[in-house]
Amino acid sequence: MRILLIEDDKEAAVYLCKALREAGHVADHASDGDTGAAMTLEGGYDVLVVDRMLPKRDGLSIIEDLRARGDETPALILSALGQVDDRVTGLRAGGDDYLAKPYAFSELLARVEALARRRRPGEAETVYRVGDLELDRLGHTVMRAGQNVPLQPREFRLLEYLMKHAGQVVTRTMLLENVWDYHFDPQTNVIDVHISRLRGKIDKGFGEPLLHTVRGAGYMIRDSAR
Amino acid sequence: MTALGKVVRTTAFKLSAIYIAVFSAFAVAFVLYISYSANALLTNQLRATIAAEIRGLAEAGRTGGIAAIFRIIEERSHQPGASLYLITDLNGRILAGNISQVPADLFQRSGMGPITVSYERNLGEGSQHVAMVQVLRLPGGFWMLVGRDIGEREQFREIIGRALAWAVALMIALALLSWFFVSRRVLQRIDSVAETSRRIVAGDLSGRLEVTGTGDEFDRLADSLNTMLERIEHLLYGLKDVSDNIAHDLKTPLTRLRNRVEAVLSGPVDIEAYRTTLEATIEESDRLIQTFNALLMIARVEAGSPDGAMSEVEVGAIVRDVAELYEPMVEEDGAELTVSVPEPITLKASRELLGQALANLIDNALKYALPDGGRPLQIAVSATGAGNYLALRVADNGVGVPETDRERVLQRFVRLEESRSQSGSGLGLSLVAAVARLHDGTIELGDNQPGLVVTVRLPIKTG
Repeated sequence: MRILLIEDDKEAAVYLCKALREAGHVADHASDGDTGAAMTLEGGYDVLVVDRMLPKRDGLSIIEDLRARGDETPALILSALGQVDDRVTGLRAGGDDYLAKPYAFSELLARVEALARRRRPGEAETVYRVGDLELDRLGHTVMRAGQNVPLQPREFRLLEYLMKHAGQVVTRTMLLENVWDYHFDPQTNVIDVHISRLRGKIDKGFGEPLLHTVRGAGYMIRDSAR
Repeated sequence: MTALGKVVRTTAFKLSAIYIAVFSAFAVAFVLYISYSANALLTNQLRATIAAEIRGLAEAGRTGGIAAIFRIIEERSHQPGASLYLITDLNGRILAGNISQVPADLFQRSGMGPITVSYERNLGEGSQHVAMVQVLRLPGGFWMLVGRDIGEREQFREIIGRALAWAVALMIALALLSWFFVSRRVLQRIDSVAETSRRIVAGDLSGRLEVTGTGDEFDRLADSLNTMLERIEHLLYGLKDVSDNIAHDLKTPLTRLRNRVEAVLSGPVDIEAYRTTLEATIEESDRLIQTFNALLMIARVEAGSPDGAMSEVEVGAIVRDVAELYEPMVEEDGAELTVSVPEPITLKASRELLGQALANLIDNALKYALPDGGRPLQIAVSATGAGNYLALRVADNGVGVPETDRERVLQRFVRLEESRSQSGSGLGLSLVAAVARLHDGTIELGDNQPGLVVTVRLPIKTG
């Protein structure tokens, strides 16, 4: 995946690029708004990671220009401002996701990969399959090994989100944002308990576990048999 | 500056001066207009009278000849308030009429319309008068003069002039007087405002502007300025609080973090020890970041967030959402969470902040309530409307908070001794209080007998 990082903090940029490459991606770096905007013109990037406050040019305006040109490359906004209204302005400017500094790299990586995934075809799939687990989005049914698994509506949405990003790490905040639509920081591990409940329903009593905990990052649903 | 200079520089003085100038100009223009049109009217009347007189005399002359004219003039000359008549022969000798003398060159100017001349009546008083006259040449070489005295008109003009002068003088006097009283009053009020602001600038934030209770503009201004001052004072103390708190409560974990790394570095090279320490460091810094975020959020909320994040929200949905989010965790702890929202309540609020506040309250109950005697923890969340207020209540049956501590726990970083063993930053309730304030609401901690009941009251505002 080709990722363009527009970030003026040198140290952070070097670290991020290195980490992104280690995760198997191609990462380019621009250290100010003008250079960054010029590099987006060349195109060919799968995801943009844009710092909101940049020298020479504001990060939001780069994304606004991009969208005005009809370029739909997913963009993740990084910002030291993390309040609800800042997030809203960021998303209104055309950003696809918003991450407040300071963040854990695992959080950034998970979000970047989720963004790139969103663009790929197959989003309109009505049935998600991971191993012998099957989720029918229209019929609202879940089957594991041919057996119907009854889920609460919220558990269904949780599983749906995990399966949509099958094979990718999904963080706790991503789950809270996308399944519950809240952006606050729950002080305790509320999400973990929801996951362990879900796990009890879809994994317990079936052979190979599919829902995995990724230490220090979040969760991933994947068919480990493959 | 001199007292006079000070007075001249006041707005009241400048305004008064402008008003006086404008009103005087209007008054003068108005009077001039009246006198001009009155003058024109009178002149026209005079002309018409003279013309009518001449027509009458000409009529008489046509039927009775020059003798008739002589007779009529003689007759009319001696009536009171009569017009002016004069008939002379070619040499200027007076034959009839009531004028004794006219300017010598008058007859050279004959044939023209009515002209203004000075003359002397032949009544023996010997004084000069001004008149409007018309001179005609009669057949037989006689000159005839018909005219009207215009002294009255001059008198009228004089009266108007005097009235004008008086009016302007009176106006200026009244304006000066009113300005004197108004400006003195205004100056007093403004001086008191200036005095108070100087005190505030000098550092006495408790100073407030004087409100006289008359409800005038100055009172209204003083009222809003006082409200502003209150807010500033509050924010300033908040800021001071935050910096004190940061100094104290963030330095401690930072020092801990530093010491831990230092200890491992000075020890023997041990990859496993490094790893454990680094992991602990990340964990500790994550907690620090969390605390920082919570602090910043409180500060932002207290500063009054823009209305951008506010929208019409249904409180019941938020309560149910958050309760549902915590429900598995509550169950895992062997506790019980009940939700009661008797009717849907819609108000303008921030969904995120209300959600966060509720989450903090439930979280607090889970962490700190700890009922004694091994009874299961029961948490009851409810949202009820009472008049114009929404009451959000989170009640538990735990140990509660002693009455003396109820105010204190709302402050930042305040944690009660009994809760020290639990994780937490001591910011949860502060944020709830800030959220309540942002929505113009209140927070109240009460006794649930046993346990704690936190009530957040928000005014129901829509639109």
